[in-house]
Amino acid sequence: MNAEPMNLTGTPIPAKKGEILLSVENVSLRFGGVKAISGVSFDIRKGEVRAIIGPNGAGKTSMLNCINGFYHPQEGQITYKGVRRARMKPHQAAAAGIARTFQNVALFKGMSTLDNIMTGRTLKMRRGFFWQALRQGPAMAEEIEHRKVVEDIIDFLQIEHIRKLPVGKLPYGLQKRVELGRALAMEPELLLLDEPMAGMNLEEKEDMCRFILDVNNQFGTTIALIEHDMGVVMDLSDRVVVLEYGRKIADGTPDEVKQDQKVIDAYLGVAH
Amino acid sequence: MFYREAGQYKSTYAADMAVFPLRQDRIGIAVILAIAFIGIPMIGNDFFIATVMIPFLVFSLAAIGLNILTGYTGLISLGTAAFMGVGAYACYKLTTFFPGVNIIVLILISGLFSAAIGVLFGLPSLRIKGFYLAVATLAAQFFLQWAFVRVPWLFNYNASGAIEVPLRSLFGIPITGASASAETRYFVCLGLVVVLTWFASNLVHGRLGRSWMAVRDMDIAAELMGIKLLNAKLLAFAVSSFYAGVAGAMMIFLWYGGGEAADVFNIRLSFNILFMVIIGGLGSLIGSFFGAAFIASLPTILKFGLPALGVPLSGAAAEHVTFMLVGALIIIFLIVEPHGLARLWQITKQKLRTWPFPY
Repeated sequence: MNAEPMNLTGTPIPAKKGEILLSVENVSLRFGGVKAISGVSFDIRKGEVRAIIGPNGAGKTSMLNCINGFYHPQEGQITYKGVRRARMKPHQAAAAGIARTFQNVALFKGMSTLDNIMTGRTLKMRRGFFWQALRQGPAMAEEIEHRKVVEDIIDFLQIEHIRKLPVGKLPYGLQKRVELGRALAMEPELLLLDEPMAGMNLEEKEDMCRFILDVNNQFGTTIALIEHDMGVVMDLSDRVVVLEYGRKIADGTPDEVKQDQKVIDAYLGVAH
Repeated sequence: MFYREAGQYKSTYAADMAVFPLRQDRIGIAVILAIAFIGIPMIGNDFFIATVMIPFLVFSLAAIGLNILTGYTGLISLGTAAFMGVGAYACYKLTTFFPGVNIIVLILISGLFSAAIGVLFGLPSLRIKGFYLAVATLAAQFFLQWAFVRVPWLFNYNASGAIEVPLRSLFGIPITGASASAETRYFVCLGLVVVLTWFASNLVHGRLGRSWMAVRDMDIAAELMGIKLLNAKLLAFAVSSFYAGVAGAMMIFLWYGGGEAADVFNIRLSFNILFMVIIGGLGSLIGSFFGAAFIASLPTILKFGLPALGVPLSGAAAEHVTFMLVGALIIIFLIVEPHGLARLWQITKQKLRTWPFPY
């Protein structure tokens, strides 16, 4: 059960919790006059499952967008792997090992499951234009090498039967799974999951939970997770940060957060 | 019954990733190539080859080019004819400067000039999308067409403004110019189209094709996979314009054999190629051939074929009937299958796979 953590190409990953992988300090983000995030600080430690929760419009997704470079916060700083980042672009974040799934599935709809997950390997592929035009020798060898990794992911997520189908036609639960596969194909160090269980039935949710835990255990991937299902959040995560109206109102282990009066007020409302 | 994958097991990833994984498809493509290389030159007369087959090949190549840009990368362009023009004029200048170099090499090199111009006009594509990009590429169409008329250096200060295609030969056989036979020109076109289609097929099945389609389907997620949007889009513009440029050079040197090229590369040609791509099937190479056959060859075949079949029409009347028939067919095909003839072909193959049992 407790096999040594390995990444997809077989090199072991040291599974140490405690070292800070990413830290967000005093980040504020404004859109015109609207303050989406104001002065939020928290950190994500290597190997943990970190949940970000909060009511609708609390700034959770905006936070993820800051982390992977879609938005550039006006104030504060984000340090990833010890490097403070200025205005990082999304493709730079990808190269640095940050992968992401979206709240509304953002798959490449016209492509097959296989091609979608293969796209996740783009950064790992080296062969240039001329070999690509020939699709022989080294280019084909590279394709096959990455196809093997992709097949491992397909195996892992149990989606063998939909390999060749265009993803646009798949049911929602499977689309979410393919999207997870695409993110995993990048072999990320930090995986951002934006509501991976939204709109799923109980069985699909349980499957997805299992996959998330397996990814965390087997590959040692650090996971930041936004989710509304409190049962899932409390079971999966090591630590939870709670946002409300763009501010952080609580941060700690699931048990601590559950007891926090501010969190209870934010979710249940306060009598006036 | 005959078209079925049953019993064809793939034991390697290479076999599974082949462009034609089915044996029947491989046989089909071999038969088509045999017909193209042996059958048509044997059966077809010079008139058929010169007025139907050579234009078909030229338009197919241009449609493949636009399909890479519009069908695979999702960028609409209305400047295809202009990029074809760049190829034609570049080829003319090159063969003037380097008369000793083989014309086929020069046709391919002129595609590179077209690619460079394409990249230049593709630069706005990072900021603007959809219809607005179509309008921006319209600028390329108008500007370049203006240049073809107003920059006399491009047509060697010829008083008539026309390109005069010189005699150029390969192994002593003339392939361009007045003395080149239709059959030779057809073989040169066919060779170029086959090789370039193979390259295009390789590209769209590999990493670059996947990044193009990723940009088309969901550019935000594509960026997150580490795909640089500007690079991917500009590469699509470059490859697309290369194909257009080669098609343009082929059009003037191997089909028209010269003439007032500026009038040829007009907006109407751009639209025609866009229609070929849409009716043939966006994001499908075989669709480009279907589209070219439908938009370019069908009218010619109808125009000359109807009188031959005994329908008492000639000249202008035949032309008008052709317009009506082709127009009606376009509407019918778009209603039956909005995703183009390539999708219709896919559905047919799927039906064949289960025929005669419908499950």
